[in-house]
Amino acid sequence: MIAAPVVLAVSGGYLALLFAIAAFADRRAAEGRSVIASPWVYALSLGAYCTAWTYFGSVGRAASGGIWFLPIYLGPTLAMILAWLVVRKMIRVAREYRITSIADFIASRYGKSPGLAALVTLITVVGIVPYIALQLKAVSSGYRLLTGGADEVGLAWWQDGALFVALALAAFTVVFGTRHLDTAERHEGMVAAIATESVVKLVAFLAVGAFVTWGLFSGVGDIWTRAAAVPDLAHLLRLGGADGATAFGYADWFALTLVAALSVLLLPRQFQLLVVECVDERHLRRAAWLFPAYLFAINLFVLPLAIGGRLLLGPDSDAETFVLSLPMSQGVTALTLFAYVGGLSAATGMLIVETVAVSTMVCNDLVMPALLRLPGFGARAGGDLTRLLLGIRRVAILGVLLLGYLYFQIAGDAYALVSIGLISFAAVAQFAPALLGGIYWRGGTRAGAVGGLVGGFAVWIWTLMLPSVAKSGWIDAGFLTRGPFGIAALAPESLFGLTGLDPLTHALFWSLSLNLCLYVGLSLLREPSGREASQALLFVDVFERGGAEAPVFWRGRARLDDLRRLANRLLGEARAQAVFDEHAREAGTGSAARGLADARLVDRVERQLAGAIGSASARVMVASVAQEERLGVEDVIEILDEASQVRAYARALEEASAELRAANEALKSLDQMKDDFMSSVTHELRTPLTSIRALSELMLDTPEMDDDQRAEFLGIIVAESERLGRLVNQVLDMAKIESGMAEWHSEALDLRALILAAVKSTSELFRSRGATVEMALPDAATFVRADPDRLTQVMVNLLSNAAKFVPDGAGRVEVSLREEPGALVVAVRDNGPGVPEADQAGIFEKFRQGGDALTRPAGTGLGLPISRRIVEHLGGEMWLESESGGGACFAFRLPLQPGGEVDDEGADR
Amino acid sequence: MTKVLIADDEPNIVVSLEFMMKREGYEVVVARDGTAALAAIRGERPDLVLLDAMMPGMTGFDVCAAVRADAELRGTTILMLTAKGRETDVARGVGVGADAYVTKPFSTRDLVRQVREMLG
Repeated sequence: MIAAPVVLAVSGGYLALLFAIAAFADRRAAEGRSVIASPWVYALSLGAYCTAWTYFGSVGRAASGGIWFLPIYLGPTLAMILAWLVVRKMIRVAREYRITSIADFIASRYGKSPGLAALVTLITVVGIVPYIALQLKAVSSGYRLLTGGADEVGLAWWQDGALFVALALAAFTVVFGTRHLDTAERHEGMVAAIATESVVKLVAFLAVGAFVTWGLFSGVGDIWTRAAAVPDLAHLLRLGGADGATAFGYADWFALTLVAALSVLLLPRQFQLLVVECVDERHLRRAAWLFPAYLFAINLFVLPLAIGGRLLLGPDSDAETFVLSLPMSQGVTALTLFAYVGGLSAATGMLIVETVAVSTMVCNDLVMPALLRLPGFGARAGGDLTRLLLGIRRVAILGVLLLGYLYFQIAGDAYALVSIGLISFAAVAQFAPALLGGIYWRGGTRAGAVGGLVGGFAVWIWTLMLPSVAKSGWIDAGFLTRGPFGIAALAPESLFGLTGLDPLTHALFWSLSLNLCLYVGLSLLREPSGREASQALLFVDVFERGGAEAPVFWRGRARLDDLRRLANRLLGEARAQAVFDEHAREAGTGSAARGLADARLVDRVERQLAGAIGSASARVMVASVAQEERLGVEDVIEILDEASQVRAYARALEEASAELRAANEALKSLDQMKDDFMSSVTHELRTPLTSIRALSELMLDTPEMDDDQRAEFLGIIVAESERLGRLVNQVLDMAKIESGMAEWHSEALDLRALILAAVKSTSELFRSRGATVEMALPDAATFVRADPDRLTQVMVNLLSNAAKFVPDGAGRVEVSLREEPGALVVAVRDNGPGVPEADQAGIFEKFRQGGDALTRPAGTGLGLPISRRIVEHLGGEMWLESESGGGACFAFRLPLQPGGEVDDEGADR
Repeated sequence: MTKVLIADDEPNIVVSLEFMMKREGYEVVVARDGTAALAAIRGERPDLVLLDAMMPGMTGFDVCAAVRADAELRGTTILMLTAKGRETDVARGVGVGADAYVTKPFSTRDLVRQVREMLG
């Protein structure tokens, strides 16, 4: 027995801790440093799947059925294997279209139908509120067990701890679940708190398990051995039917696994955490094995606890509370309290998220549509609705929790409550055909979804809900065996004579079968409407059609002012402004010129509204301020074609512009080259001109200038004039060669004779420098086909270059001609300073003269480039061999013309 | 005595500039490339620099920028000379902080007048 104030203080302290963690995470989120943006937090938050029903109930189930608690965790494990395929698609759809709940998801898929949203919400409320009650009951009975207040008859409501827990959680959920109006925004604080709760309950459960296994027994083997000796317990260790006595029920096992696999996706809290709160869909990859690992860990000690409890506390003890009663029976107060906190965390985690999820549905899909129909709230009325919306959501949270509490107070220990866990699972499993079909099959229609849901839900009520009510003793249970009005074929737990199955399996079989048949059948019966078809496309092809290029299935006229007023009212002015600004940024402002909104803006506003009030209500609101065209399927196809045409155009345009860019680049670089050339020519022309003009002007202005000075100036003027003339000729020559305008006279010539002539014509140059020219030429005439004038130009250029660079008085130039296979090679080697390595690469470029202006011999910087052009034009190549300091050797190779023609011709000469 | 630095790699242009400056009564220092020009500015502290834009190694633009970046030399008056007449070259010269920009070939009278104004 633990004193009530202690238990209350611990509970209060734990809830205060949750508040602190959530507040911290929200603050960090506001600073842009999210604490939940991690796959670990994401996976842990999914642990909200394990509720008090797991924490306490698994052991209870194991104590009576052995391993039959396992399918509840095998299902999710299998489901997570497919998470990357299925859940990622759900996340992407929800993100794209700002979907905030499972009701919204289904309603949006089938043409944003408000009726469908309301239907899903109703099913959820009916299916889930008892489940919420169950959690409150767990908290309450845990509290009673710890404090020893077993008999609570006559306890006034204000003395009931469960109510305070409910109210505290309502406060938590209001604070952290309704931070922003837009529920598509994440609730970071809440998720952080839930992830923490997952850690707490796991550690607590493992602690108790370890305590029992190794503290009270000497290991798992010991428990097994001792259990095998007790006839009542021995069957728990074998595979058998769910009641432990019969043969293994494969169908039941399959049904349980299936329902659990579906509910891990479809329970409102799971949808909330898995889809709506997902920060980054890549986190799914790691969560796909982390979450199953979590489930595995939390189930490790279920059987040891169940059997250990039976062994120690006797066969009549309440197995559901073993987690608490086992440590308590040993007087380990601290561990008992920790175990209690673990149970509290399991219950509160579920309560918080479930409440956020269900209240969002109730608010957006039940209250809002009704409210928006009232004249005072219509789209054209004025006034900011955001505060009202938040108020409604908060009231809805309180309402959902109090509804759960009320149910708990009324139903108490009734069978209807105890069995509700799986019954809830079966209820949400009804969403599977409409939801999963909706993201993979374009043919599903609203009629099919509604039919399937109504049919499946009706069968669920008849085969699961009513029997549980009857077993609670609230209505006559006679119809269970005899059937209604004595029609045995309609008996709830053996429809059409189907017997031998667990009631859950039986109910699941019939409800899902009917659901699926109606969904597919009714969908096929009638063509989808335009809106159904367009939403189907957006959902099924979300990976292909999502994002900025998504087609917009909207046609009509909407005034910008109306749209803005609507957004202001439902989103608040700041948020609305942001939406319009973003659109203006992406689309440009031109579209809004005539005061009309374009389709993409309408679509954008509608999506934002959907985040705040649900897709169905958002649709109604937008429709009320716009004159819309009703879209038929043909229109949808047309818009789709346009979109794909636009995409094709965009692609073609992109390709064309890439080509254009490349061409432009090429032109620009050509232009640049030309520009550089012109600039260099200008520079080379202006430099001598500058000296000529300046010196002439100076002589003109200075009549008293002495004769020596005048002679020096005149000498410079003459030299610069010559330089200018040379330059002009060479620039023209270069331009002619480069433009292809030069005339070429190709003939067979004796290269040996040509070289001799060139050396002779430049001999005066060498003589004046005191240089000698050596020749290494073949003895006989060597014929090649080329332009003799141009080739002479090349030779003279190379020779005069050599003459310029050789050392004064000690110059030695060697000219050689040798034959290679198919070519002749001419080389002019000097003993000048050579070409520095840094200058070698650019030596054949225009206006790249070696050396500095003061010391280098006069030149235009065009001689070598022209020579190289000439040799290249003749099919040969020219190069430089130079070791700096060791002289330069310019050489070129000329190909011999193919065939013997040249030689013959040459021989004739 | 007013000191003028002539920085140009074309010997014949230096001859004409030197003659002009000396005729005006200035003391003349000559540099044949950018590096020598910067060293001369640092060492001789000329009142005016006639700076050719296109010199091997360190160009006139580089020299001008280096002078303007140096707290001690910042005040040096610089007249840039260039044989490149493109507008981008003019803009570049002004951009690195030349006080004036004259294209070659220049009128000797105009150049002398401008130098006088800049020194006066």
